[in-house]
Amino acid sequence: MSEIQTAPVPRRNTELVLLVLALIVAVGANYLVSLSNPDGLDEGFITQGAVLAGMALVMHIVLRIWTKYADPIILPCVVALNGIGIAMIHRLDLVNDDNAATRQLLWTGVAMGAAIITLWAVRDHRILRRAPYIFLAISALLLILPLVPGLGRVINGARIWIFIGPLSFQPGELAKICLALFFAGYLSTHRDLILLAGRKIGPLQLPRAKDLGPMVIAWLVSIGVLVMQSDLGSSILFFGLFMVMIYVATGRISWIVIGLVMVAVAGVFASQVMSHVALRLNSWLNAFDPDVYDQRYGGSRQIVQGLFGLSSGGLFGTGIGNGRPDLVPLANSDMIITALGEELGLIGLVAIILLFVILISRGIRAGLGSRDSFGKLLAAGLSFTIGLQCFVVMGGVTLMIPLTGLTTPFMSAGGSSLLSNWIIVALLLLVSHNARRPAVTGPLNERDMAAAGPDISARAKEREEDQTRRRGKAPASRTTPTNGKGDPA
Amino acid sequence: MNTALRHVWIAVVALFILVFGALSYIQFFAAKDLNSNPLNTRQLYKNFDLARGPILVDGKPVAESVASHDQFDYQRTYADPKLYSHLTGFYSLTYGANMLEGVMDDELTGQSDSQFYKRMVNLLTGQADEGASVELTIDPKLQKTAYDLIPDGQQGTIIVSEPKTGNILAMVSKPSYDTNLLAVHSGTKAAANMAELLKTPGLSPNVNPAIGHLIPPGSSFKILDLVAGLESGKYNLNDEYDNPESMLLPGTKTPLPNFVEGICSNKPRAKLAFIVAQSCNTPFVAMSQAVGQDALRDVTERFGFGQPLAIPLRVTPSEFPTDMNAAELGLASIGQFNVKATPLQMNMVAMGIANDGVIMKPNLIKQVTAPDLSVLSQPKPEEFSTATTKEVADDVTELMRGPLDGGTAYQADIPGLDIAAKTGTAQIGKTGKVNSWITGFAPADDPQVAVTIVIEKTDYETGHNLTSPNLKKILEAVFNK
Repeated sequence: MSEIQTAPVPRRNTELVLLVLALIVAVGANYLVSLSNPDGLDEGFITQGAVLAGMALVMHIVLRIWTKYADPIILPCVVALNGIGIAMIHRLDLVNDDNAATRQLLWTGVAMGAAIITLWAVRDHRILRRAPYIFLAISALLLILPLVPGLGRVINGARIWIFIGPLSFQPGELAKICLALFFAGYLSTHRDLILLAGRKIGPLQLPRAKDLGPMVIAWLVSIGVLVMQSDLGSSILFFGLFMVMIYVATGRISWIVIGLVMVAVAGVFASQVMSHVALRLNSWLNAFDPDVYDQRYGGSRQIVQGLFGLSSGGLFGTGIGNGRPDLVPLANSDMIITALGEELGLIGLVAIILLFVILISRGIRAGLGSRDSFGKLLAAGLSFTIGLQCFVVMGGVTLMIPLTGLTTPFMSAGGSSLLSNWIIVALLLLVSHNARRPAVTGPLNERDMAAAGPDISARAKEREEDQTRRRGKAPASRTTPTNGKGDPA
Repeated sequence: MNTALRHVWIAVVALFILVFGALSYIQFFAAKDLNSNPLNTRQLYKNFDLARGPILVDGKPVAESVASHDQFDYQRTYADPKLYSHLTGFYSLTYGANMLEGVMDDELTGQSDSQFYKRMVNLLTGQADEGASVELTIDPKLQKTAYDLIPDGQQGTIIVSEPKTGNILAMVSKPSYDTNLLAVHSGTKAAANMAELLKTPGLSPNVNPAIGHLIPPGSSFKILDLVAGLESGKYNLNDEYDNPESMLLPGTKTPLPNFVEGICSNKPRAKLAFIVAQSCNTPFVAMSQAVGQDALRDVTERFGFGQPLAIPLRVTPSEFPTDMNAAELGLASIGQFNVKATPLQMNMVAMGIANDGVIMKPNLIKQVTAPDLSVLSQPKPEEFSTATTKEVADDVTELMRGPLDGGTAYQADIPGLDIAAKTGTAQIGKTGKVNSWITGFAPADDPQVAVTIVIEKTDYETGHNLTSPNLKKILEAVFNK
C-alpha cells in the first residue's frame, strides 16, 4: 500500500466561499420556484433558505473546530444538491398542494444535526473499527425491524418501512451504513488472512471459510431480509457495497467476476420466481407497449412518463415552474431526476450529476489519502454506494436498467435517505480529515494509539510486503526516492 | 489498496458516463420521437394551460375556458350543456376532444394556419398563444324550442336549417348529457361520469345522432322516388297511376300493402298528388321498377347519399344499397330494406327541393374571430350539389303540399303558412317499433327554413304525434305565428 501525501492545509475558507456559492444556487432555485407560484410570491423559500444556510454554517463551524483538515469540497456539493432537491420538491408541492418541502426541510435539519453529532462524537473514524460485530448486530436489527408485526407496513409492495406514531422511517438506509462499517472493520483486520491463507485452485485463491464466513453470513442475511421485504433496489445496493469492499481489500478482479456471475444467477432466479421482479423486467423491456403501460400493477406508466418529461425538457429545459413534472408518478422522490431534467434540461441535469461525480471523487480521494486500511475501505464503500445508488436510479429512469425504487441521494423527498446520506457525508469528512491532517510525528498520544489500534502493526507489515514486492519486480526503484507524488502500483 | 480504489473510481465514472450517454439520447437525439409518442399526453396537458377560445351562440359562450386553480390553469365549462352537447362535444383530459371541440381544435387553441402570423409574434414577444372564438349559426331560441319538443326519455332529433344558405339554425338530439361531467380534470371522476352516462339508453357521447345515426327513412324517401320518376319523364302531375290496395313485391310472394289505416284504398287509380298526400306505397314500388335502381341511386347521390360531408362536424354518409333485386328495390323505394339516412341527409333532401334543386352545403360555423377581434374566417354559403332541376323541384314542392292539405301531415298545417312536407314511418324489423319522420320546408314558395324531425324507436302513435304537431310548433316559433 502506497501513500498519498497532501500538503496539510485546512482550506476551510475555500469551503466557506464554495458554501456561499452552493447556497446561492440552492436558495436561488427556490426563489425561482416561489416566483412561479400562481398565487403570488410564496415566502416559503425564505425559511427554507434560512434553515439550509444556518445548518450549513453550523456544520462549517463544527468542521473548523474539530476536523479542520476535512475536504473543503464535499460539504458545498452536498448542500447544493440538498438545496436544489428542496427547491424541486417545493415546486411540485405548489401544483400538488402538498407540503413535502417543509417535511424535507425538517428532515434536512435533523439529518445535518445528525451529521454534526457524528462529527463531534466520532472525531476520529478509527474508533469505529473497534467493534465491527456491534455494527453487524445493529444492521441486522434494523433490517429485521420492518418485519416486526405492528411496526412495519407494506408501501408500494415493499415492506421496508417502520411506523412509530406519525413518524415513518426506512431503517434499511441506516443499516447500509452499519453494514459498511462492519465490512470495513472486518476486512481491515482480516484481509491478510483472506488473501494469504487458504487453498489455491487454479488461478483462484480461495480463502478459508473461517475467514470469509462472517462476511458471507452477513451478506446472505442482509440480502435475504431484503428479498423478504421485496426491496430490489436496496438488495442491489448492499450487494454492490459488499463487492466493492471485498475488491478494495483484496485487489482481486476474480471476486468481481464471481460477484457478477452471482448477480446474473440471482437475477434469473428472481425474475422466474418473484412476480414483482418479473413485472419490473417486463415493464422495462416492453415499456412502450400500451398494455404494459396501462397495467394496473407494475405497469410502465411511471417510467414512460418520466421519459416524456426528460424529452420535453430537451437540451435547455422548460425552466423552473414551466414544465409538467407532476405528471410523473412519485415525481418528488423516486423520479426527481426526471423532474429536474424536464425543467433544467440536459445541461442543468448533467451539471447536477457532475456534483455527484465530484462528491464521489472527493470521497474516494479521501480514501486514497487515508493512512489506514479501515478508512480506505470505509471511504471506498460509502462513496461507491452513493455512486451506485445514483446509477441505479438514473439508469432506471433512462431505461438503461430496470427501474427499482431507490431514492436519489440528498435530492429525493424522504427523511431516512437524507439522514443516512448526511451521516455518510460526516464519515467521509472524518476520513478526509484524517487523510489530510499533518502526519503525527514524534510519540503518539494515548488517544491516537488506542484509536489506531492493531492497524499500526498491519501497516508496518504491509509496507514490508510492498517493499518486498517492489524489490522483486524492479530493483532499480529502490534508488528512486518515493516522495509520495505517484502511486507505483 | 490504492490501485483498487482508483479502479473503483474509474468504474463509478464509467457508470456516470453511461448515464450521461443515456440522458443525451433521451433528451436530445430521441426527444422528437418521444414527444410525438401517442402515449405522450404532454401536448394535450399543455393545451389545458392555454386560454382556449370559446364557442359562441348568438354572442354568448356555450363553451368557454375559465381560470382554474387545480393542476391546470383553465377549466372548460359549458353553459346549457344539454342543449348543445351534441354540437360542442366535450374537451376532456381523459377522453380527448370531440365534435366541434375536436374538429375546431386548431382554431380554438390558436394553432390554425390563419393564426400563424400571430403565433410567430407571440413566440418573439413571449406571450401565450390564445385561441380564437368560434361563433355558430345556431339560433338559441329555436334550439331551445326544438330541444323542449322532444320529450325526455325519447330518442329523437330535430334539425332546422336555411335552404338558401345552408346555415343550420337548430340541431338537437335526445338523449342529451351534461358535457361538464366529462370535462372534469380528475380522470377517475371523468371515468365514473362516463360510465354513468353510458347507462342512458341510446346515448353515446361520441355520436351526434343528427349526423351519425343511420335510420331507415321510410316514406320520407318517396321524395327521392318522385324526383327520379319526374326526371325520367314517365311520371307527371296530371296522369293517374295504378294504386292497388296491396301488391306482391316483384318476383316474390310477399304482399306489400298500402298504409292500412289510410284512405289510399279509396282510389284504385290516382294522381301523384293523392298518392303523395296519403303516402300510398304501391305506386312507388311500381315507380321504382319503372325508373330502375341506377337512376334512383343517381338521384340519391346527387342529394348527398354516400357523399363525404363536413359541416365541419363529419357527417356519416347515408346509404342506398347496390345490386338489389326487384323486390329489394321495391322495398328501398319506400325507405326500407337497407336504405339508411342520417337526419341531416333527409334535411338536405328538403333543402334541395326548397331551393329549386340546389343544395347549399350545411354549415354550423358563422365566424371565427381572433382574440384581437379580427375575423379569421367567415364561411360563405357554398353549393353542395345541384340535385335536380328547378322544374322537378317545383313539381315535388307542389306534391309535398298535399300531406298538409288533409294528408298524412295535416296536423302540421298552419293557416296562412304555405308548408311543404313529407312524413315517413319506418318499421324496425318485427319489433313493432318504428322510426317516425317528417321533413319539409316553409313557406313553400319562398322557403326560409327546412325542418326535419326524427323520433327513433317508438310506437306508431307516439311517433306520429311527435312529428307533424312538432313541425307545426317549430314553424310557429320561426314565423311567430
